[in-house]
Amino acid sequence: MTADAVATAPAENTALLSMRAPRPGRVIAWTLLFIGGILMVTPIVFMLSTSLKDSSQVYDLRLIPAEPTLRNYVDVLADGRFMRWFFNSFIVATSVCLSNVFFDSLVGYTLAKFTFRGRYLVFIAILSTLMVPTEMLVIPWYLMARDFGWLDSYWGIMFPGMMTAFGTFLMKQFFETVPNDFLEAARIDGLSEFAIWWRIAVPLVTPAISALAIFTFLGNWTAFIWPLIVTTNKNLYTLPVGISSFSVEASIQWEKIMTGASLATIPTLIVFLVLQRFIVRGVVLAGLKG
Amino acid sequence: MSGDLAAVDSPDAAPSPAWDRLTVHQKQVVWAWLFLAVPIVFYVVIRFWPTADAMWLSFTNWNLLRPAHFVGFKNYAKLFHDPVFWKVFRNTFTYLIIGTPVSLIISFVVAFQLEKVRFLHGLIRALYFLPFLTTAAALAWVWRWFYQPVPVGFINNVLTHVGLPAQPFLRSTTEALPSVLASAVWAGLGFQIVIFMAGLRAIPQTYYEAARIDGVSGWGILTRITLPLLKPTIVFLVVFSSIGFLRIFDQVYNMTTNDPGGPLNSTKPLVLMIYQTAFSSFDMGYAAAQTVVLFLILLTVSLVQLRILRDR
Repeated sequence: MTADAVATAPAENTALLSMRAPRPGRVIAWTLLFIGGILMVTPIVFMLSTSLKDSSQVYDLRLIPAEPTLRNYVDVLADGRFMRWFFNSFIVATSVCLSNVFFDSLVGYTLAKFTFRGRYLVFIAILSTLMVPTEMLVIPWYLMARDFGWLDSYWGIMFPGMMTAFGTFLMKQFFETVPNDFLEAARIDGLSEFAIWWRIAVPLVTPAISALAIFTFLGNWTAFIWPLIVTTNKNLYTLPVGISSFSVEASIQWEKIMTGASLATIPTLIVFLVLQRFIVRGVVLAGLKG
Repeated sequence: MSGDLAAVDSPDAAPSPAWDRLTVHQKQVVWAWLFLAVPIVFYVVIRFWPTADAMWLSFTNWNLLRPAHFVGFKNYAKLFHDPVFWKVFRNTFTYLIIGTPVSLIISFVVAFQLEKVRFLHGLIRALYFLPFLTTAAALAWVWRWFYQPVPVGFINNVLTHVGLPAQPFLRSTTEALPSVLASAVWAGLGFQIVIFMAGLRAIPQTYYEAARIDGVSGWGILTRITLPLLKPTIVFLVVFSSIGFLRIFDQVYNMTTNDPGGPLNSTKPLVLMIYQTAFSSFDMGYAAAQTVVLFLILLTVSLVQLRILRDR
């Protein structure tokens, strides 16, 4: 809150100045920025617009459809596949997100607040996994999933991401800022170490927890290559993989493809509009500290 | 390891005499390893073992049908004699060498200007940030539609409308890669912009005020105060976005589904080659060797960038 107030202060100053005498340079800069912003959302806007057009109007590039129709949505949603994929993505992203919030913060806390031999080794070992790209691991993971019968299952999609070095590192950074006195006081009160972590330490780092949650959820919601590899049963596709296979099937029916893409985008759009500041701050926090 | 811990601890149960005899510090050590037990198993089984396994597989001829046989450096020799690999190698670095500077310059300019704007600041930031939240696999299809020939494609319609020649985009071996790259740059800008803005806000205003009092020009402030103080942010974004471009996959796969990586391999990045070798040809040993090469490329590029940027 306060950080934000401080940060916007200079902008406010210049705005006050420019309100009296709007410098032409600033007006031009603003206009260019605005046009750039509009260009940025053009693909999204035309995707939504085309999803509301009948197949006969697709070539009519008017932004506002002449006769808007929800027919494409009815058609695309009719066989229930999209709802299924949506559900799968939701389950997967939520589960992985919860697992990361729990384990990454537990490990981050342990590495930040306990002193024991081997702590540094464990930290370096976990951090070193950041160097290895997931693409290098997909072949062994695939073989593992095949041998254990995890192909075409939620667990198969989820297991590689249940904990991440990135999240652990992020949480460790934040737990280091928690004063030891708080933890000692709780220890004297007789709380178990688990309770000290969960009831005392975790509530003190909620901004970091929410940043981790947003980043993990978003990452898994849009994840493509691993779900593509591990699932062959269409009922277990996640939304991105589903969209991809649906679009191949739809061939040149662009209005259907745009409807599918819109269905994948609209929920994120709504969540973003509601939680905009929160999400941007979370992404910045995770990006900078992680 | 967790076995004998379980024997010692159970601190939630009735305190055993053995547990009571431990000092506070010893109890904490037990707790620490208890907390780490499941994660350690996870990292060993899901990260370390597969890393070693991928390296081992890269020296075998395994293809899912016959048992793996050690073949030494044969996969690597085959790879370095494969003209497709060198094409893919060039493509992968083209994504990096064009994508990283272009996206960083655009995002810095936008962040730098947006930082000074107050009128509709939130709205403009949202416009730039929104693409970052979209699903690459879905939006790749929107871009693909934009790139279609005249009656269909948005961009070609605009071009012909203003009297410019229509472009083949994804159908041309020279235009396809930049077309795919544009969609990847577009998707990443929002993240880079908000990170740059956070970096700009972290620069204390006193530096600017002092410079203004000393009569330093706007350009001087930019090159002698803003950019040097922004260095940690720049280093982070250079490394982060380079890794992203070197690992590009979602956009290429979805924009070229009829001939993945085409036309004529002109858009194929290394990750797509790995995917095809492993999951279309099931030549696991050969694919593993490609993943090791990808690993080495990422490692080298990151280290070189950190070296150069940190020293300056």
